[in-house]
Amino acid sequence: MMLIPGRSSKQGTSLNKGKLKEEYLEVTSTLEMNKDDMEKIGLVDGDKVRLSNEIGETIVSCIGKKPEDLSEGVLFIPYGPPSSQLMASDTAGSGMPLSKHMMVDVEKIKN
Amino acid sequence: MSATMRIVNGQVYDPKNNINGEIKEICIQDGKIVDAVDDDATIIDAKGMVIMPGGVDIHCHIAGPKVNLARKLTPEARRHDVHPSTPFTRSGSGGTTPSTFAAGYRYATLGYTTAMEAAVSPIGARHVLEEFEDTPIIDKGFYVLLGNNIFLHNLIREKRFEEFEQAVAWWVNATKAYTVKLVNPGGDEAWKGKKNSNVTDIDEKTGPSGDITPRQIIEAFVKTVNKQGYPHPPHIHCNNLGHSGNYITTLETMKTAGDLRAHIAHIQFHSYGGEVGKNPISKAAEIADYVNNHPNITCDVGQVMFGESTIMTADAPLAYVLKGHTKGKWVNADTECESGCGILPFTYQEHLYMHTLQWAIGLELFLLSEDPWRIILSTDHPNGGSFMAYPKLIKLLMDEKFRHEEMKRVNQKALKKCSLPELKREYTLYEIAIITRAGPAKALGLETKGHLGVGADADITIYDSMDDKEMMFSTARYVFKSGEPMIANHEFKTDSQGTVYHIEPTYDNKIEEVLKPFFEDFYSIEFSNYPVDDHYLHQHEIIKTG
Amino acid sequence: MPEEANSRKTEEQNKNIKIVEDATCTFCGCVCDDMELHVDVDEKRIIKAKNACVLGRAWFAEHTIEDAPAALIDGKEVSVEEAVEEAAQTLVKAKFPITYGLSDTTSEAQKQAVAITDYIKGNIDTTTSVCHGPSGLAFQGVGESTSTLGEVKNRADLVIYWGGNPAESHPRHFGRYAVTPKGMFTPNGKKDRTVVLVDVRKTKSAGVADILIRPKPGKDFEVLWALRALVKGVSISTDIEKETGVPLEVLTDLVERMKNCRFGVLFFGMGLTMTRGRHFNSGALLALATDLNEYTHFVAKPVRGHGNVTGADNVVSWQTGYPFGVNFSRGYPRFNPGEFTTVDTLSNGDADAAMIIASDPGSNFPKKAIEHLKNIPVVVLDTKSTDTTKLAHVAFKTATYGINTGGTVYRMDDVSIPLRPAFESPFPDDESILKAIKKRVHELILKNNHSGGASGEAKVAAAVNPL
Repeated sequence: MMLIPGRSSKQGTSLNKGKLKEEYLEVTSTLEMNKDDMEKIGLVDGDKVRLSNEIGETIVSCIGKKPEDLSEGVLFIPYGPPSSQLMASDTAGSGMPLSKHMMVDVEKIKN
Repeated sequence: MSATMRIVNGQVYDPKNNINGEIKEICIQDGKIVDAVDDDATIIDAKGMVIMPGGVDIHCHIAGPKVNLARKLTPEARRHDVHPSTPFTRSGSGGTTPSTFAAGYRYATLGYTTAMEAAVSPIGARHVLEEFEDTPIIDKGFYVLLGNNIFLHNLIREKRFEEFEQAVAWWVNATKAYTVKLVNPGGDEAWKGKKNSNVTDIDEKTGPSGDITPRQIIEAFVKTVNKQGYPHPPHIHCNNLGHSGNYITTLETMKTAGDLRAHIAHIQFHSYGGEVGKNPISKAAEIADYVNNHPNITCDVGQVMFGESTIMTADAPLAYVLKGHTKGKWVNADTECESGCGILPFTYQEHLYMHTLQWAIGLELFLLSEDPWRIILSTDHPNGGSFMAYPKLIKLLMDEKFRHEEMKRVNQKALKKCSLPELKREYTLYEIAIITRAGPAKALGLETKGHLGVGADADITIYDSMDDKEMMFSTARYVFKSGEPMIANHEFKTDSQGTVYHIEPTYDNKIEEVLKPFFEDFYSIEFSNYPVDDHYLHQHEIIKTG
Repeated sequence: MPEEANSRKTEEQNKNIKIVEDATCTFCGCVCDDMELHVDVDEKRIIKAKNACVLGRAWFAEHTIEDAPAALIDGKEVSVEEAVEEAAQTLVKAKFPITYGLSDTTSEAQKQAVAITDYIKGNIDTTTSVCHGPSGLAFQGVGESTSTLGEVKNRADLVIYWGGNPAESHPRHFGRYAVTPKGMFTPNGKKDRTVVLVDVRKTKSAGVADILIRPKPGKDFEVLWALRALVKGVSISTDIEKETGVPLEVLTDLVERMKNCRFGVLFFGMGLTMTRGRHFNSGALLALATDLNEYTHFVAKPVRGHGNVTGADNVVSWQTGYPFGVNFSRGYPRFNPGEFTTVDTLSNGDADAAMIIASDPGSNFPKKAIEHLKNIPVVVLDTKSTDTTKLAHVAFKTATYGINTGGTVYRMDDVSIPLRPAFESPFPDDESILKAIKKRVHELILKNNHSGGASGEAKVAAAVNPL
């Protein structure tokens, strides 16, 4: 699935409180997923998933979004240390790593 | 801070004090030129050398938002023109839009010690001063763009001239400017508000309400600035720059000034005859004639030099027209309520009719000038060419044989549309000292610059006397700035910051009651954050007005 | 509501409150300078930030004085002087020292950072390289037709947002600059404007848009190019919908609106720069805005993320000639994105020392880059603890710009704005730390260059205050 890290309001406010603090870590570990995709994988809001690709992996919890807001196959997460784990370092000579549209595998973590 | 020195045995050119190549002693103490110094002063033997005051560039573009956009736009123009650091000087890059450190050092290398940034939007003034702090050695100042200021246009339209005067003075103070600049007055509104059109006639109605003319704008500023007694008059980039037949607009602009002081910028670009839409012809003779006969007018030539340049101008519609020719990259940057600019890389080519004509007209203006004090050297750096081309321009003016050789290489059709081939005049060193030092200093009202009399700032350049004038003026052997040897035997000895010159015309604070509501409605920055705080000036000096 | 206001009033009445008007918020690139800060002088904190958005309120409220050391070497508290010495030594010793960050500090501090890097013949790069660097590269190829934000407020009747979510990243952008404000030629505010939002997902920004366009992820370039073609009168097949997810009618409708507006603006964000195509995406958008000037007045503007990343671009550009990704190892600046940009200098293992100022690559960079950062000595200047300060060899806790210190910042549209600090901090600011490091670095370099002797010392003595 395609992961898009980006700014969110909560991520912006919580980073001011401190990037090493609980709230920021929680916000940047919360993944938005299309509700239909979640159903297919057997997930409910709050479940943990492992996102992984050839770069690395990270464990985040998910909440569902309406299909009209977030398409199937697309994921959104406020950017931070978890999303950085999945970011490739190749900048194709531009200086910019591909920080959005990372392809990741999504695996439900059994409690 | 500075040493005590005697420069002996040099050939001195000091036109303000009528010194034309005499072997004369120059004494320096505490940053000024003095009558005599003690016996223990350091002696500099300038035998075989020519001594002039430090050069003064009355019109160039070296600092600020527009210049920085141009730098960002052209990495390819500076890649091969590196400027390495030394233990005392910072590194940089060159091309036609050098980085700030390189700009200061390179001006100094040519023997220039003062340069005036010719166009700054008020909202960009703070940025200019930040860049000035990083432009070493040379003294500097800037002209603030007010000719397309909507608030001021409104006052002109409503004939509120008393408030207009107050507001102009307020703006000059708020921005720390040296004088007022007009660029294509009245043209901005057509560009931004009427789908990229322009004004084409000095009496055409324009502006946000479509009911003032460029002439009315010019008249208002010329009257106000003369009344307030600025050391340098309104500096005017006339309407219709570059268009065939525009010499009429230029004559009308100068006539609008009457016998009040006005400075016409890069007048070469405004000296074209012919029909709109067709190839221009030269009207240098008509323009030179008017300037020669009107002592209230000063101008700088804006000479075109073949090779690479960068167009950067507040005349945004003009830049767009040029983009249509080059079909290359282009920057346009509008500035709310007050100004705008257009930027693009440009190359002047010898084989092109238009470019040869422009080159020839510039030289004609110099050669037809009867008063070198008022027809001043410039290339409108970098629009007509880089300031680094000044030595070559000097050679073109001083060496008719060289000029003749150069003429063989250019577009011959264009040469037939002007009188350049017939002009055999050669500038003398004395006249060069006028058009590059004494003249601009006088036009700027900088009384301690551009001469070597007692009381002058010890800004002194010593050149090796050479037959090849381009070589001679390319690298000064010694450059003193405020009495400090910045360059000695062609080497940089130390670094310094230079002084910012500005003026503080008086005004009544009450004008802020009228300004503030306008700001609140139409600007995107708070009124209190708009004026530039004094601390941005660093080393600075106020020149008196009135 | 009245009760709340009353209790707040009482709260304020019992304290020593200072009001700072027209203060500047530097959290995001909007750089709103109409903040009214209510400062509790005794407790040294901002208790109210009138006019601030939710991000600004958090910015002002959370930057208080922390009880923590001003300087650390390897996690141990030291004096600031010792830390400056160690920082200077670290940088001078290195063969490929890099300076990075700079987007959350003043231009005065940025100048010092460039000076240090020039002296040590190091490498300087700013957060631009991972933000709108690609737009800067596109700018070098295409140019840009643009304007200050006040022009948008006064004139824009068509406003297009592409690849961004201002509602959450720049909350006051709509209200202060581009959508609702009443301007000189837009006296009816939003009613005088059409707002278009182009994004691959539907975000909170959608509420403000009249038209929503949703390309498939990674297909922005194709959409932009199709628009360029339509503007130039080239016909496009209906296959464009299959390719991009956007129907042809939507594109032709948009083109009509763009050509016929009076003053159009395209704002764009990371959706273009951080995705497949990078600078080609930005370039396509900039070229589109330029093309439209044949029909009407059209501008484009990258929406900058941090308070003074635009200042970083400006300072590095005027001092070196290049905007970011600059290397001084040959004694003069060279520009090469992909080689001298920081994700690369770290991921390729080139950097052997780093000075990170006001940014957090230890948290936001690709994994490989972070791993390398952990292996080299790092000097960090920051106001708060972050993943980057945690891995620092020398760490300075500095005062916060715009809250504790004054200075100059540049808004996203290159307008420079002064800061009005609210309360003092016991911690030194970035500029003074960097000046001290610069002075020491310059001394060490001159000493290394002149192996002594009277002439050597004279030369060192003759060096006037380094610029």
